[in-house]
Amino acid sequence: MSMPFYVAPEQVMKDRADYARKGIARGRSAAAVLYEDGILIAAENTSATLHKVSEIYDRIAFAGVGKYNEFDQLRIAGVRHADLKGYSFSREDVDARSLANAYAQMLGHIFTHEMKPMEVEILVAEIGTERDEDQIFHILYDGSVVDEDRFSAIGGDAEAIGDRLEDAFQPGMDLGTALRVTVAALAGPDRTLAAEDLEVAVLSRRNGRRAFRRIGTAEVAELLGAVAEPAPAEGEGTAEAPASDAGDGTAAAPSGDDPTT
Amino acid sequence: MTLPIFSASDDPGPSFIELLKRVSPTPPIVSASGHEPLQITHGTTVLGVRFADGVVMAGDRRATAGNLIAHTTMEKVFPADRYSGVAIAGAAGAAMEMVKLFQLQLEHYEKVEGQVLSLEGKANQLSAMVRGHLPAAMQGMAVVPIFAGYDLRRGEGRLFEYDVTGGRYEESEHVESGSGSLHAGTVVKLGYREGMSRDEAIDLLLHALYRAAEEDSATGGPDLMRGIFPTVATITAEGYQRIEDDELRTRVEAIISREVAR
Repeated sequence: MSMPFYVAPEQVMKDRADYARKGIARGRSAAAVLYEDGILIAAENTSATLHKVSEIYDRIAFAGVGKYNEFDQLRIAGVRHADLKGYSFSREDVDARSLANAYAQMLGHIFTHEMKPMEVEILVAEIGTERDEDQIFHILYDGSVVDEDRFSAIGGDAEAIGDRLEDAFQPGMDLGTALRVTVAALAGPDRTLAAEDLEVAVLSRRNGRRAFRRIGTAEVAELLGAVAEPAPAEGEGTAEAPASDAGDGTAAAPSGDDPTT
Repeated sequence: MTLPIFSASDDPGPSFIELLKRVSPTPPIVSASGHEPLQITHGTTVLGVRFADGVVMAGDRRATAGNLIAHTTMEKVFPADRYSGVAIAGAAGAAMEMVKLFQLQLEHYEKVEGQVLSLEGKANQLSAMVRGHLPAAMQGMAVVPIFAGYDLRRGEGRLFEYDVTGGRYEESEHVESGSGSLHAGTVVKLGYREGMSRDEAIDLLLHALYRAAEEDSATGGPDLMRGIFPTVATITAEGYQRIEDDELRTRVEAIISREVAR
């Protein structure tokens, strides 16, 4: 019987974290931002059917980036967790904090005990009856949870997007402003994102019991164009190709030319 | 509570009922045992009718336990989701549990799969739930729902009736269930016209319930003194809409004054 080589636990954890971060960085980012009626969630996603943003429960939404099958598995587990809890107790007893903890437990367990960590980063957002009760939980691949109270970004560029949101965020923005701020933060200074490249949804206090609503491409285009008409960059333009998203998992083909202004 | 995660071979899919079976060892619907017939609460008359823009559903508000009136303000007509409704007659406890599970099942499916079940799919789902309840029905706790909805694909209202074995029957004009259904059904049958307006359809159902309450002790009539009126809801392309009590009061008063004048 041969002894396995000794590897320092620090090294094991570092390797796993690097692996997970690399997987997450291959996909595109998403961000959630508080606005006047609730929480806006926008993700860069060219697929109209494979969603990154979804409904979990009456006032709770989910967003995931990284490997599609892995965060979708988490999404379904979240829907089941919430529906079971609401069925056993009451709809009011379902909250994002307990769900975020359950996700954290699971991701933490997988990170330390399984061969491969999950290559995902997720957001669990919940709106309260008042604006100051809105919450966003940001959960990382290793199970660490961050509780955010204004905005949160996930994905490979999360840090840069977070910095841009820090500069542009204002409390109580209307839907259009919040969307333009979020999309500008997702895009960065060098590109513009068109409505077709985005997946947008809101948790709104105006929507009744089920607060979640997807905002269709046409409505997104309208909201984005409300202030600045996107100038069609004909001829010139840096035509910066979007980074290869082979590992995006959403099988989303780049939509070709991003008009750069 | 930990996250419910299943292996690929054991995955319950988009079904909430299958999920419940995986996590709780006891089935959600209890069955009675023993020889003494229990005096359990029963809900009674519910009905539905098609009109030009969709369907109208209605139910009285009385629940009985044996020869006693158990509740005077019970709800028997519920929204199943945005474009469909379910109304129940039979053992009240089991029936309300069935409605709760049915509503959850439709919402759970929608969230897991990312799209809404077809109206036909919803009707079949309810059929399976009624069939699953058969053992309890054999012991005297029968639940017989009616299901109605607006079929967005066909652009019309549709009605479904069930029997205790889960048999599902689609009707083109009207459906009814419960102890007063014989009397109420006759009134609806005589008053039905193809392509009725919303007003005509609501009045017809209110009139039918009024008649049924006269003939059947388990069906509650409108109570103007306490302000208790039947539950009435329309389901059209705009979705499920419950009729406000103020509107019902006006309509019930009109029916009564017509009776007095006769």
